[in-house]
Amino acid sequence: MNQPTLDHAHAAIEFNKNEPRVNWHDETLWFVRTKRDRAVAQIPEWEQLREAASQIKNHVLSNMHDLLVQFEENAKRNGITVHWAADGAEHNAIIHGLIQKAGATRMVKSKSMLTEECHLNDYLTKHGIEVIDSDLGERIVQMRKEPPSHIVMPAIHLTKADVGDTFHEHLGTEKGATDPQYLTEAARQHLRDTFLTRKVALTGVNFAIAETGGFVVCTNEGNADMGAHLADVHIAAMGFEKIIPRAEHLGVFLRLLARSATGQPITTFSSHFHKPRPGQEMHIVIVDNGRSRQLGRPDFRNSLKCIRCAACMNTCPVYRRSGGHSYHSAVAGPIGSILAPNLDMKQNADLPFASTLCGSCSNVCPVKIDIHDQLYKWRQVLMQEGYGPAAKTVSMKAMATVLESPRLYRMAGKVGRGVLRFAPVTVENRFNPWYNQREMPEPPAESFRDWYINNKKA
Amino acid sequence: MTTREKILASIQANQPSILPLPEQFTFTTTYPDLTKQFSDSLTFVGGMPVVVPDYKAIETHLKEYYPNFTNIATTCPELAHMADVSLDITDPHDLAGVNLAIIEGPIAVAENAAIWVDEKQLPHRVLPMITQYLAIIIRQSTIVANMHDAYKKIKVDTTGFGTFISGPSKTADIEQSLVIGAHGARSLIVYMLP
Ligand code: SF4
Repeated sequence: MNQPTLDHAHAAIEFNKNEPRVNWHDETLWFVRTKRDRAVAQIPEWEQLREAASQIKNHVLSNMHDLLVQFEENAKRNGITVHWAADGAEHNAIIHGLIQKAGATRMVKSKSMLTEECHLNDYLTKHGIEVIDSDLGERIVQMRKEPPSHIVMPAIHLTKADVGDTFHEHLGTEKGATDPQYLTEAARQHLRDTFLTRKVALTGVNFAIAETGGFVVCTNEGNADMGAHLADVHIAAMGFEKIIPRAEHLGVFLRLLARSATGQPITTFSSHFHKPRPGQEMHIVIVDNGRSRQLGRPDFRNSLKCIRCAACMNTCPVYRRSGGHSYHSAVAGPIGSILAPNLDMKQNADLPFASTLCGSCSNVCPVKIDIHDQLYKWRQVLMQEGYGPAAKTVSMKAMATVLESPRLYRMAGKVGRGVLRFAPVTVENRFNPWYNQREMPEPPAESFRDWYINNKKA
Repeated sequence: MTTREKILASIQANQPSILPLPEQFTFTTTYPDLTKQFSDSLTFVGGMPVVVPDYKAIETHLKEYYPNFTNIATTCPELAHMADVSLDITDPHDLAGVNLAIIEGPIAVAENAAIWVDEKQLPHRVLPMITQYLAIIIRQSTIVANMHDAYKKIKVDTTGFGTFISGPSKTADIEQSLVIGAHGARSLIVYMLP
């Protein structure tokens, strides 16, 4: 995978080079956000639903141990084999082992951000296992050897012309074809053949029910069902925070999830798996990979309430204008920027700074995560731990010196106003990240202090 | 210590002190006409609602709508004579050629046009997804207002698998253009009996 190695600000500069495309990306996501708003307006009790979801999840966080034990016991009783994985490597090894045991060399997979987080595809490919992603958007980016740029709409950064080119190369569709109907049909034929020939299928888990030992997978395309119901072995990969206490709580979450994600009243298929079908094996891999550590951080544990609807990304002014890939993490956008530093603080120290802290993310979040507050708190932790972005560390030190001395402060203001007026090039250059994509303001003729002194006199 | 024990111990050490489950998590929705609301929701998600008086009317409509169709499978005894594909098979791959599947749904939700089906209605789990076209028959008297009401009526683990189906399979992964018929059925007609 071509995971970008640039930090967010620099990767965003790359993305911003093509201005019409940035505008298009921004508008496309805003369109999804407005669909969400329309869907939400249909539900008078929306705020109470969010509150209920948030409280159910608060209970889940506080009772995680017992709920997982209860889930395991019931899942086993249902005939599901339960595995536990401490990290990505263990998760990958367990899945590889199950594929080998089935005597297979190929697997079909439906969307799972957890497997992205664990880099499962890379791992299996290196071990000679062919993996085909069956969600259309994921299949598109997989052909292009790119990671998904969005957790619900993995190919949202691509135009239909890009998809047309990709399918022409990989599926032999007509050169220059851009009709989404035609392109989708080509993918349908190609993937149908895959579904019909794979012995092992992997799905993610949207919700796991402690009370009944089953799990729910939501898709619009029906790809999770096609894969799982036709395979001899169904593997479901789940982060442990996906647990909910009772089936009736699904009433709350299913009402919130699709509306927040795409503005639909519910996904086309909300499939509840409880037992393997006769002759089938069903496995569930419960993954920690840093989640228990996050659970122990009071400031950040609420991020584990996330149901992965992506509303926070669609509304984020930074995400919309910098693209999912600039976050160099499986989960992009505001919530990804909270989860990623937990996985690797050094590698992802830039991400909590990729926010205006405008709070729009927290306002749309269906489980009421205090997203922008957590981003703000991460900044402080990262600066304290010495992981702050280098440019910020230097300029913050300079700023602290200036702010500590009234005389220096006044002088800096004078110099600043002069510079802006007579030598704007010193500010408007590529070394000043604030100037990128922005017009610098007209400098005021006098400082507030001078104005105040003059006016008081008068 | 096994991985399982390690993870569970770490969770136990890190989880905050217990918070209660909320008491108020179900909500009442009232629609003046459940059938109309269901029909409107279904149309919105790309499905086709048809109110019918009896099974005869379903047959007439299907024959008009899908003339000359073969490879039809149904679980509905009243329409068994329309089927030319047997569901009495063991390998679900044998269903790859099904053109039209006609099944029954025991509960439907007005708010979002979702219809619950489980293994009591599905001799093969993959049937409603692998078929090219899908028809589901419901009774208007079984329409409930919202998802909370639906979960009060169903037991999700009565059988090994159950799903809510709302409209035909669809995708918007190519530039947000809605395309009906991704991997599952290319259309969904819902017949509503009295
Ligand atoms: S943090 Fe909230 S808004 Fe963002 S993806 Fe998770 S649930 Fe959705």
